Amino acid sequence: MARVVLEVRDITKRFGGLVAVRDMVFDVHQTEVMGIIGPNGSGKSTMINMISGAFAPSAGEIRLNGQEIAGKSAHRIARMGVARTFQLVRLLPELSVVENVVAGAAFGHRKRWGAEAERHARQLLDRVGMGQQVNMPVSSLTYINTKRVELARALACEPEVLLLDEWLAGLNPTELQTGIALIRSLRDEGRTVILVEHVMDAIRSLCDRCVVMSSGAKIAEGTPAEVLEDPEVIRAYLGADEDA
Amino acid sequence: MTMRDIRNLILSAFAFGLLALLPLYVSGYILSIATTMAMFTVLATSWALFSGPTHYISLATAAFFGLGTFVTGLGFQTLPMWLLPIIAAGLGAVLAALVGLVTLRLSGVYFVIFTLGLAELVRQVVTWVQNRTGQRGMYVLTSITERDIYWQLLGMAALVFLVGWLIARSRLGFALRIIGNDETVAKHSGIDTAAAKILLFMVSGAAAAVVGAMMAPRYIYIEPSTAFASILSFQVVIMALLGGTGRLWGPLAGVVPFTLLWEFISRNAPNQTLLLLGIAFLLIVYVLPGGFVGLYDRLRHRYGQGGQ
Repeated sequence: MARVVLEVRDITKRFGGLVAVRDMVFDVHQTEVMGIIGPNGSGKSTMINMISGAFAPSAGEIRLNGQEIAGKSAHRIARMGVARTFQLVRLLPELSVVENVVAGAAFGHRKRWGAEAERHARQLLDRVGMGQQVNMPVSSLTYINTKRVELARALACEPEVLLLDEWLAGLNPTELQTGIALIRSLRDEGRTVILVEHVMDAIRSLCDRCVVMSSGAKIAEGTPAEVLEDPEVIRAYLGADEDA
Repeated sequence: MTMRDIRNLILSAFAFGLLALLPLYVSGYILSIATTMAMFTVLATSWALFSGPTHYISLATAAFFGLGTFVTGLGFQTLPMWLLPIIAAGLGAVLAALVGLVTLRLSGVYFVIFTLGLAELVRQVVTWVQNRTGQRGMYVLTSITERDIYWQLLGMAALVFLVGWLIARSRLGFALRIIGNDETVAKHSGIDTAAAKILLFMVSGAAAAVVGAMMAPRYIYIEPSTAFASILSFQVVIMALLGGTGRLWGPLAGVVPFTLLWEFISRNAPNQTLLLLGIAFLLIVYVLPGGFVGLYDRLRHRYGQGGQ
């Protein structure tokens, strides 16, 4: 098995009395696409936010290539090699499309600046399928193109781990196929990806392994086929027999 | 550096050269207005270096300015005159760093209120110290003329423009623009947002303190209520917003008309200056969002002369 890039050990997050994530444990290996799935409110986004440094965990450890990142500030974690997209797309409206991507390259894990950064940004925009539309203002982009630009920005620092927080959500059926193909091509390039996702097709066709969360805890782990047949996972999604 | 940069640099140097000749031809009233304009140009431009890209409205200008005047007031008899602006710059930067560290977690309206309170706080502290030591105001009697002050401020304006030009081309300037657009994205892109903001705030605080130090001899008599007058902070904000903070020359485009108008109103209707401030503010909000810079960009866009 490939080298472990990210280790999550006994991570717990409390918001006041509410335990959003409880004793989560999992590993992510190099070049693996790992899915975090589960019903709404099961703590998936909180988990992602702790890895990217948006929140500090209440307890536990997260190691990136052996180095502790839990509780570090977001910018330090970004520089160590974690990049992310956001559940609700966040572009920089006053910047051009290319500048939006340069923003990801200039300060992160592998820094680029000036003409080199711009060349790199244009390559990535081409890579995610933006083609000729790089000179349009950000406000005139279609929904899927805003997602593409955000993805290019996250890729721009050449992250060790890429976090995609419901990157496929909100796409129409045609766009969804394009989106899945795009993420699969990232996987084929050998990138390490954690994706939080609701779209079952995407999970089946993209993930090497999945962690299933319910009420903040891990209830299953394995290949998509294994976990989706797990009775406890089915119960978490559809409710117990007596409730049905 | 592109040809365009070189051309702009040469044009700017030429403009500053011409302005430096002004005191040889005019004096008295006109020179005094020119000096005021130079003062506000430095204050508004350096204010916009920080507040323009970050959209953090700082009302602390009076605190830094007052600090600078007191450096000169306390030091002009014992220290060489050239040293005073440098000390003021250092103290201004330190004060800005302290404020920055305290206000790191404040954003939006909380930052505005804090900075407004800061000038008042510093003023009260200085007043308290003076009361304890039995001092009142200070006389700053020097041989420095209006002309000298004008030249000093003009030099300072050139420096601020140069610094602003360099920052805009640097990674720091780019980081500030990202922070102004979306601070969360900035953090997750690897930008130490706190450090970037504090650094720029220090530049703008130091510049305001230097202006205070240079202006002190003009006032002759300094006391806390005039040195730390919060009206100065408001004037600077309004001028910068009227001109527009989107470009380096923006605040200048606000300083010139506003200073003239202010001068006209305070001569003819001295009690209506606050009204002018209010109307100017409404005008910016309703008619000129983005200031003259925004208007210029819209017109250029409309008549198709855009592009580089």
